[in-house]
Amino acid sequence: MLIQEGSKPGRRATAQAPLTRHALDDLPVALRRRARAALPEVSELQAVRHYTRLSQQNFSIDTHMYPLGSCTMKYNPRACHSLAMLPGFLARHPLAPASHSQGFLACLFELQDILKEVTGMHAVSLAPAAGAQGELAGVAMIRAYHRARKDLARTEILVPDAAHGTNPASAVMCGFQVREIPTGSDGDVDIDALTRAVGPQTAGIMLTNPSTVGVFDRNIQRIAAEVHRAGGLLYYDGANLNAILGKVRPGDMGFDVIHMNLHKTFSTPHGGGGPGAGPVGVSARLEPYLPVPLVTREGAHYRWLTEADRPESIGRLTAFGGNMGILLRAYVYARLLGREGMRRVAEFATLNANYLMTQLRAAGFNAAYPQRRASHEFIITLKTEAKEFGVNAMDFAKRLLDYGYHAPTTYFPLLVPECLLIEPTESESKEDLDGFVAAMIAIRDEARTNPELVKTAPHRMPVRRLDDVRAARQLDLAWSPQA
Amino acid sequence: MPFVPHTQDDIAAMLAAIGVESIDALFDEIPEALRIGTLAAVPAGLAEMEISRLMQARARADGEPLCFIGAGAYDHHIPAAVWQITSRGEFYSAYTPYQAEASQGTLQLLYEFQSMMTALTGLDVSNASLYDGASGLAEAVLMAVRANRKVRSDKVLVPRNLHPAYRRTLQSIVTPQGIELVDIPYDEEGGHISLEALNALESQGPFAALVINQPNFFGVLEEVDDLTDWAQAREALVIGVVNPIALAVLSPPGDWGSQGADIACGEAQPLGMPLSSGGPYAGFLCCRQAFVRQLPGRIVGRTVDLDGKPGFTLTLQAREQHIRRNKATSNICTNQGLLVTAATIHTALLGPEGLERVAAACHANSQRLGTLLCEIPGVEPRFNRPSFHEQALRMPAPTAELLRALAAQQILGGCDLGLDYPELDPALLVCATEVRTEEDMQTYASTLARVLAHA
Repeated sequence: MLIQEGSKPGRRATAQAPLTRHALDDLPVALRRRARAALPEVSELQAVRHYTRLSQQNFSIDTHMYPLGSCTMKYNPRACHSLAMLPGFLARHPLAPASHSQGFLACLFELQDILKEVTGMHAVSLAPAAGAQGELAGVAMIRAYHRARKDLARTEILVPDAAHGTNPASAVMCGFQVREIPTGSDGDVDIDALTRAVGPQTAGIMLTNPSTVGVFDRNIQRIAAEVHRAGGLLYYDGANLNAILGKVRPGDMGFDVIHMNLHKTFSTPHGGGGPGAGPVGVSARLEPYLPVPLVTREGAHYRWLTEADRPESIGRLTAFGGNMGILLRAYVYARLLGREGMRRVAEFATLNANYLMTQLRAAGFNAAYPQRRASHEFIITLKTEAKEFGVNAMDFAKRLLDYGYHAPTTYFPLLVPECLLIEPTESESKEDLDGFVAAMIAIRDEARTNPELVKTAPHRMPVRRLDDVRAARQLDLAWSPQA
Repeated sequence: MPFVPHTQDDIAAMLAAIGVESIDALFDEIPEALRIGTLAAVPAGLAEMEISRLMQARARADGEPLCFIGAGAYDHHIPAAVWQITSRGEFYSAYTPYQAEASQGTLQLLYEFQSMMTALTGLDVSNASLYDGASGLAEAVLMAVRANRKVRSDKVLVPRNLHPAYRRTLQSIVTPQGIELVDIPYDEEGGHISLEALNALESQGPFAALVINQPNFFGVLEEVDDLTDWAQAREALVIGVVNPIALAVLSPPGDWGSQGADIACGEAQPLGMPLSSGGPYAGFLCCRQAFVRQLPGRIVGRTVDLDGKPGFTLTLQAREQHIRRNKATSNICTNQGLLVTAATIHTALLGPEGLERVAAACHANSQRLGTLLCEIPGVEPRFNRPSFHEQALRMPAPTAELLRALAAQQILGGCDLGLDYPELDPALLVCATEVRTEEDMQTYASTLARVLAHA
């Protein structure tokens, strides 16, 4: 039942609103609402029960293993939440003067420094509100750089075919055309195809390394050299930074600009789809274009750098300069880990991925790139199972839910048929990983003996498989009183 | 080791299974020259107790000043239940609901949110939120230019009394796509947008869209019906930028003019989100049914499962980047799920009557504050038209110094309008929401009087 359907005229959570009812007589009648908005009228207990019950219909990291490839669903430490929710931080107005912001700005300044070190970049802006906005900012900086040099013929951004969908979409939002580069059979970018594609029209390339097929591109230095030789810049999509934290740095690989997903690598919550935070880091030549605001320190005093300080900036991306509460959570996480803890993130994320891949292969599943090391994630292809049992990757994914595991990423990257992209993260224990392997084996047995069971999964969720076609054709996007 | 569960025995068993000697061997495909020893500039790790001490000290250091700044972020009472439920791990640590069957909680909640936003804006459909109000307006402008098939123009009319940070955000997001923003000057006396100002710009048209903000940045109410009719008579789409609390009492965009606005967007922060230094907040975006396929961002639909039982799922995904890649309506991937969770619970707890009371109390308080401050010689209203819960006041002394002196007395006296509108200098934009008491406002007035006496 929807909260709206439990509504009853005149019922109210009376403790919530101001006790006095003020008149609005001085506001012109023509500008006022004529009919009351159809919002739910419920008691406090009704609302609390309703939303508590809804929460129980979710999978989450706190309740289930969530091996969703490229999403880095690791444990979100509770301290990060409670310390970012301290009353002093919550009550601070975004336009509060620097005199009342020194504690807050100190956290952000130190976070900028930590992220610079972690990525090997020259400067960092915390402004982008999410990874996709970081990409937009990054590509906009590439555009600004070329324009400032009057190098206006660079109209093309190169993107590997395995890239996240946000990469080409962000490039287009900055006015670029996108050219796809194929992935070689070993999982690395097809370097010959890249060499043929670069030229005077190349503004840059957007790369994820380790890539979305879960391997570290061994030719990264050659790729950097080729693109730089052609006058293009290198953009690093930090979606997979968890795999290399404290081990390798994008700046050292030759990247000019990078975005990080703090909701992945720095363990801020995914919150059912946001908020994220997508800080960008740049090499020295791109620093003037960083999005504002930035935090600077002058002596012992912190202050914001804004448009006035950075006239060449690509500008502002949200009204108040970023998802500050998320940045505080990332800062707490970074300080809890410290330099040693960060290195261990990459090491144990990689250990878990390689162990899980080994065990799944030993159980007879096919890895997409069996000759390669897994990074923090890897791909299993269920092509054989689909052919033999008529049970596809989506069926496996749905059946995994019944076994208490969130499904891995399915059908991405698009170039591997019937794929599951699996990222266990460093949070999961050996027992959890063994449990996942056992579930995969059990599902394959079911696929062999009782394929219908798998094809109609899930069976133990609050709903069975949903009719997506109907959802898109007979659009029902909002409740209304008449319906 | 923080947040890593492995014992030495586990590590040994796992390495043996993989067939390598050490964890380091797993990195052997990475060129040797790229591998680093340590992150020298990152401090050593802290225990939870130590980081707690540090964060508490820093949160305290910023004080608890009495805040009379609004300017796009508003200090409202948030019921205790809102963040207690929002912080439940099942909401907090869930991902985007791609696996619908395992995400019905988040999906149903998003559908309820969409329903609340359509009820408040009077439009047909809503998405599941965007990053914030300003970036949401940028998406609304991009959407309007795409959706307007009658006027193929890249020009959009934007009032000068739109929030300056929204204007800058628009600039950085939409201009790389070739969209031209045309300024509409505001009325010198009223602070609003007049039909004369629009008529004066007509020769620069045609325009794909007109942006109307209600209330505007100065807190002043616009004649939304006239502006909407003006635009629609010229085939321009109307984008309303609105405050969800104000919508409890003000005419919803769907009712503006003879046909209603086409798109409405705004900042959902007033619905249950703490000020939190400016984020995370959430932008909302609603439109008429006809434009639903141009709407960016996540959208949840109600459908049925194999047994015919109602359920919820992400829908119209063919608009989105993970399917359409470079042909998507936007590059946006996430919404602001956790903030929408708070907004939905907040709105459910307050209900229509509660939101009306909040809106009316904000209005009454800001009127009262204006009255108190204008008793001080030289302080007077800058504009002569009705306002909702903020007011622009002319000051008799340079504002930077006033604000500094007030801050020293733990009062944040408002937003300095002269910074973005030199023609208004010296003037402050002041706000008093329902959480400010008579005593708070008296304190502000008497402190300001004292400061001015010494100025």
